[in-house]
Formats: sequence, C-alpha cells, structure tokens
Amino acid sequence: MKILIAGNGKVGSMVTRQLSNENCDLTLIDRNKQVLESCMEHYDVMGIQGNCASMDTLLDAGVKDADLLIAMTGQDEINLLCCLTAHFMNPKLHTIVRIRNPEYVNQIYSMRSDFAISMAVNPDRQAATEIYKLLRYPGFLKRDTFVRGNAEIVELRIKEHSQMAGLPLTKLNSLFKTQVLVCAVLRDGEAFIPAGHFMLEAGDRVFVTGASENLSKLLRNTGIIARRARRVLIAGASRISYYLAQNLLSGGVSVQILEKDPDRCRDMCVLLPDASIVKGDASDQQILNEEGIRNCDAFVTMTGEDETNIVMSIYGTHIGVPQVITKLGRAENVHMLDDLPIGSIVSPKELCSNTIVRYVRAMQNQEGAAVTIHMIADGQVEAIEFIVDESTLHCGEPLKEVPIKKDVLLASISRDGKTEIAGGDSRFYPGDSLVVVSAGRGAIRQLNDIFERQYS
Amino acid sequence: MNYRMLARLNGEILIMEAIFMIPAMMISAWESNWNAAASFGYSILIILVVSGILLLLSKGARRRGFYAREGMVSVGLIWIVMSALGCLPFVISGEIPHYIDAFFETVSGFTTTGASIVPNVEALSKGILYWRSFTHWVGGMGVLVFLLAIVPTSGNDRGFTLHLLRAESPGPSVGKIVPRMKQTAMILYILYLVLTVLDIFFLVIGGMPLFDSVCHAFGTAGTGGFGVKADSIAGYSPYLQNVTTVFMILFGVNFSCYYLLIMKHFKEVLLDEELRLYLGVIFGSVILITLNLRGFYKTLEETVRHVFFQVASIITTTGYATTDFDLWPSFSKAILLGLMVIGACAGSTGGGLKCARFLLLVKGLRRNIRQVLHPQKVQVVRVNHRMVDEQILANTNAYLSAYVIIIILSTLVVSLDGFSFETNFSAVLCTFNNIGPGLAQVGPTCNFSAYGIVSKLVLSLGMLAGRLEIFPILAIFSRSTWKKL
Repeated sequence: MKILIAGNGKVGSMVTRQLSNENCDLTLIDRNKQVLESCMEHYDVMGIQGNCASMDTLLDAGVKDADLLIAMTGQDEINLLCCLTAHFMNPKLHTIVRIRNPEYVNQIYSMRSDFAISMAVNPDRQAATEIYKLLRYPGFLKRDTFVRGNAEIVELRIKEHSQMAGLPLTKLNSLFKTQVLVCAVLRDGEAFIPAGHFMLEAGDRVFVTGASENLSKLLRNTGIIARRARRVLIAGASRISYYLAQNLLSGGVSVQILEKDPDRCRDMCVLLPDASIVKGDASDQQILNEEGIRNCDAFVTMTGEDETNIVMSIYGTHIGVPQVITKLGRAENVHMLDDLPIGSIVSPKELCSNTIVRYVRAMQNQEGAAVTIHMIADGQVEAIEFIVDESTLHCGEPLKEVPIKKDVLLASISRDGKTEIAGGDSRFYPGDSLVVVSAGRGAIRQLNDIFERQYS
Repeated sequence: MNYRMLARLNGEILIMEAIFMIPAMMISAWESNWNAAASFGYSILIILVVSGILLLLSKGARRRGFYAREGMVSVGLIWIVMSALGCLPFVISGEIPHYIDAFFETVSGFTTTGASIVPNVEALSKGILYWRSFTHWVGGMGVLVFLLAIVPTSGNDRGFTLHLLRAESPGPSVGKIVPRMKQTAMILYILYLVLTVLDIFFLVIGGMPLFDSVCHAFGTAGTGGFGVKADSIAGYSPYLQNVTTVFMILFGVNFSCYYLLIMKHFKEVLLDEELRLYLGVIFGSVILITLNLRGFYKTLEETVRHVFFQVASIITTTGYATTDFDLWPSFSKAILLGLMVIGACAGSTGGGLKCARFLLLVKGLRRNIRQVLHPQKVQVVRVNHRMVDEQILANTNAYLSAYVIIIILSTLVVSLDGFSFETNFSAVLCTFNNIGPGLAQVGPTCNFSAYGIVSKLVLSLGMLAGRLEIFPILAIFSRSTWKKL
C-alpha cells in the first residue's frame, strides 16, 4: 500500500515509525530538509522536500497511485488544502487529516465530504477523552476498550506492599474473588506475555483483561482506590485542557485551571464560563498549595514542557493527591519514567498515531481483518480484535488443544454481548469476537496468523 | 563501530562471490580445462571458509548502531576483501602467477576499470576470461546493491540500507527511486539485466560468438573494458563496433532516467540537464575530433565510427578500443583526457567525476564569478529548475579537492617507476576514473604489467577510491573512523 505522509513533526514521525513496520511504501513530504534526512536515515522511506499543498510536490511524491494521504503538518489550513489538492489529483485517495483548532472541529465534521476527508484526527481531543476516561474510572493507568465496550484491557501498576506483589498468576482470581486474566506484563522496560506460574513483582505494570464488573471487583478487593474525582486541578491552559475541562464540566466535576499567560487565561475564561481560571505559574509550589492542590481529587499536568509536567506530577504524588495524570509531548522513552511517581502518562501523539495505524490496517486487509488494534505496554504489545468467520481454523476446539504461537495469547471471547476470559476449556465459534494479545515480532494480520502452522 | 555487523555483511558478500564463481567453474569444466576448474573449486572453498569464520564471529550482530560511518567503512572493506579473495582463481590456476598482479587485475575488474596487466589476453582460458568479465558486471551496479535486492527485508531496517546504497552508488546526491530500498535495488538490477541481455542479443545477431558476446556485454554493461581479444574490439565488424558504441552510451546514462521512461515521464527525461550535458559533450567531442582527424583514416565513415567509439568508450569510462588512439594528434588526445575526467552520468555504472558533479561545479563557479561582480545579488544554483542545496555544492567542491589531491599524490608515487610523464599521468587518470587504457606506454595496445609492485598497489587503491567515490576508501584509512569517540 502506498502512503504519503505530509508534515513530519512529532506526530508525523511517530506515524512513520509505526507504519514502517507495516507492509507500506511510505513517502514523506516536508519543507524541512533536515527532518526528511533524519527520517530517511532511520526508516526505509522516501522523502520529498516541498510544500505538501502544491500540485508539483504532490505529483513528485506520486499522489497519482497512492492509496492514502496523511496530512499532519502543524497548520490545519495547509492540511485541508493538501487534502483537497491531493483528492482533486486522485479521487480514489483516502485521506486522514489532523485538525487541531477547536474553532474548526465542528465545521470539519459537517463538511467532511466537501473537504474530501476520510478521517479527521484531533490529537488534543483524543488525549482529552483519554484523560477523561481515566478520571471517570480511577485506579487504572490506562484503559482500552474492545468489542464495542464489552471487553477491556486495563493497565495497573503493582505498588510496594501490594497484596498482588509476589503472587503467582494462578492464584490471582481465587484470592481476589474475580475473573480476570493478566495478558501482558511490562517489567524493566521489557514486555512479555506471562504463563500461569509467573510471579508478579512490585513495580510491574500489568495489563489485565476481563469484563468491566470483574475489573472493578479486582480494584475493590485489592484495595486500589475507587472514588471518582469531583474536583480536578489542571496545570496549563492548552487545547487539551480546554477539551478536558469541557468534558469534565458537563459531567458535573469542578475544574480549576492554572495558567501563567494572562492572554490565554482570558481566552480560556471566555470559552469556559464555568471553570475557575487562575493566573499563576503552576510550577510554583506556593501557588499550587494556595489553590488547594491538597484538597483536589485529581491533578492533571498539561503544560507544553514535559520536564515541568514531570516535576509537578512528582510534587502532586508526593503530597498525596489521589490521582495524578501527566501529559508528555515526546514520549519516546516512557519506560525510563516508570520508577517516577508521576501517575498515568498520556501521550497525544501516540494516541493519534495508534488511530492512524488502526485505519491503515483496516484498509490493508478487508477479509479476516483486525477490527481494532491497540498498542499497549509502551507500544511493545499489540492487542487486536478479530471476528471469527468460516475460514478460521480450530473452530469449536477447546483452547487447550489449539496450537497457539509463542508470545501470543487469546485473551477473551465475546459472544452476544457477553465477554468470557479465555481458559483451557473455552471454545470459539464463527461470529464470536476475540481479543488477541501479541508480543511477538511477526505481525499478526489475520486471525489464522495466531495459530502455529501444523505440518501434517 | 559495529564490528559484528561489518563481519556479517562481509561474510554474506563472500558467500555471494563464491556463488558467482560457480558459472566460471562450469565453463572451465565444460571445456575440460581441469586446472582452471580446480582453481575455481579451491577458491570457492577458501572463500567459503573465510566467510564461515566471519559469520561465526558476527553472531548476535545487530542492525542497531549502524550509521553513515559504518556504511562507508563496510563498503570500503567489502570491496577490498572481495578483490583480495576474488583474484585467487588467477593465482591458483597459474594464469596470472603473481598475487599483486592478480589483485590489480581483479580490482580493475570489480571497479570496472579494465586496466590489465595480462600481456596476451588470448592465452587465458575461457573460465578465467569469463570470471574476469563477470567482475565488471557485478562491480558495475555494485555488489551490496545486489545484496539489498535479494535479501529479505526485515520490517524495521532503521535506515541501515540507505547508508550502504549511498556509499556504493555514484553521484552527488543518491536517493531512492521508490520508497522501498529492496524495490529500488531490484528495479536497478532488473534494468541492468534487461539492457545487458539486449546487448548480448544484438551482438549475437551480428555474428559474434556467444561466449565473446557475453563477455563483451558484461564489459560494456559495467563500463569496464576487459575483452577477450588482444586488440579489444578492433577485430570485429563495424556493425558490432557500432552496437557496442550505442550500448556504452546507454550504460553511461543515469538508470533512474530509464525508470522514469518506463513510468512515462518522458518530459522530465528529455529536459534532464545532466543527460543533455552528457549527450552534448559526446556529440561535441565527436565533431571536434573528427575535424581534427581529417585525412587520418581513409573514409569519413571509418573516421566517425572510430571517433564515436573512442569518445563513448572514454566518457563512459569503459575503455574498449577499436583503434590505437595513442597515435591520434595531440588535440584529440587532450579532448580524450578531458572526457576521462568528466566521466558518465551519476547513477550509471560509469566512473569519473560524473556529469552531474561537473554541472554543479560549472554552475557553482559561474555563480561565484557573478557574486564577485555583484556582491549584494542573491543567487542560487539551479539544476532542473530546482534549487541545489548549498551543502551539496560544498560536498561537490570537497570531492573535487580530494580528487585533485589524490591524482597529484598518486602521480608522484607512480613516477618513481621512471616512465614518461604522459604515461604516468594518464595511467593515474585512467585507473582513478575507472577507464582502463591511457596514453603512451599504457595506451590501448599496451598494458600495466611494466609497473612495479608499489605502483600497482597505489593504482589499485586509486581504482577502488574512484569507483566508490573516494570517501569510503578514505574512511578506512582515517584515524577518527576507528577511534572510540
């Protein structure tokens, strides 16, 4: 599949990194030669220097026989123009456009066909939604939903002195009286898929799947908190802050935003009449204390600087805020931050590029294709949803007799809106939705890829 | 420095070299020359043992930590190792008894130079002749490019391959023609193969024996110049000479032009400034030399045929000859010397400074002269209506400096052997630019066997440096390459 990526900033290069592992021909377009050079040195891609909204550049990049255009420049207007131009030159082209300006978001949705957009992505809004979900269901570091919300994979960190530390996985369900499955563990920056005798250790990040009520049971019985946030303090008035505050306010949560730039304070005040906006440097602990950081239920650090966010989050955790969420703009080395007490990490560019990879995979194989793909454990593990059909092998066989590849785990089976954790006696039938977790190097593109080939 | 990856690449290339020797061995066996066949057999064995050791050493090699520096060094080393082992059949069979001579011959083959130390080519056996010509073919497009074309790509190659392509392919700014490296390399080799087969076809219908056709086509395709006859192409019919002329010119064209033609971008190819310069220089030289040679040959047809052939042979750095151009008047010889320096197009199999660089140098010079006259005027250099990056201009100038310095130094060393200046200077020029025959005592009817061991080594290194565009070879001898930080 031929893909053009216009604009190679933070999100663009993340998308490039992820798609270069797929079976795609990538051509990058950027005005900046240095950016292109560094990408070409790191990935097997071609670079075209120029303005991505001009016909000449697009022609050079081979728009005529491309299948997908991903417009990711920093400017919405250029992205839209690029998309219109490319679509004019090749009407069969799919387009993904990044739109960040909140003023455009609604009109883009209604004008989608006029602008020839197949999908519009808004990293800020996505990040806000992600943070909102985390605030709604506290206790998890991250959650990914599958099968229209019927199955989920959540991320937990095992704290020191937790009951879960030192526990073999086989005893997990009986001890906490629940029905969940640990499908991946991230320890010291390395992700793997554990077997039954695996022992959990403090400091591990574990990825657990199960039905929603069983997951909340796990939280309750392990003593991880469950109180929903009522008062949220947000540091930094970015676009994400705006979307998040909007969501929170409509859910009846009180929101306080700290921002040092007076103009942005005023803008925010105009946009969000119900939030309380405070002018002040959020990295100043005095101001945080004055604004009552000790009384709030959640502290979200969202300034433009990752370093500031990390320091503030450490302070928040230190003084005992129940839930801390950190936004990181450059989340390349997240596992380096594992030992720091900075709560959940949200990376807008990673969320955005995951969405795009999902779209690309859906385009790539229509048949037996993955319905959704989520990257978990710092992008080292893929959680993929498939629908079983007639061509699937091993239908109706008990799982303990099905040869499944190493480093691949069948996590759950959903049928008629009910989700069951896959056990040795489970079986799947055509029509079921499966969630498969893979830490292997070979890509899983179709459901049958998870089975060991049998030579008989 | 990623030593393990270096070892692995070297090992893989050697395995390929061993495979390449098998046809030569079969030819020797077919003509019942058991001595030659056995020499190939032993060589293959030695090469496989060396590559086995290298591959064992490279256990656990990782592509991570493979940067431009590693790309340069591995290409330089691979070419040296490949030549050092590729000359074994010549030595073992005793057809070229001295190792240094055989090394010179093999380097001359792989770098598509075509400079020979063999006094009588016709005395060599067929298998050896085939191997000699085949080194041209594989050296022309590059062995690593071949490796890139056939090895399965791993999903995440982290730019590993681009460094190799850049280090091995000629031209001021090497890029891919399609997004995938493997496909780029395959397209290049398929074009190369198709053109070679066409050449063989046209030679065979012209009545050349199949074996001669294959060897000559290899020599033409790689713009090398090893033939199977002592008088090069002179003994063949005018038709065969003309076919060779046309194909030499074709192989001197940037291969991405052919890809663009297949993709039906005719206008871009037609307006390509480098191609126009290349063809312009060819036709201009032909006219000038023809005028200069009035009365030298009997008919105009003969004159034009010989001149066209020699001009094409020199500018594409092939080095075949149909006539002894050393007997031509000085003006014609001077033009030929100039053509040696200019060379073929970037991205072709030819050597020399490359037309693209020449174009950049001339345009850059023109810009600088104008700059002196109008200091405040803002000017950029354009090629094909696109601005050329200042960095590329600076690199081109640096390349020219390195080029000139190497020529001066090698001429100094080679002069120790006591030949005339014309001989020494043209010997350095025609090895460094990968042409083959020079003037005077290294002219088309003579060879390099008279030079001493030191000169042969210097000229061999010069050929490698010329083929790999200087920097990979310089990188091996640079101390900062091997320093740990």
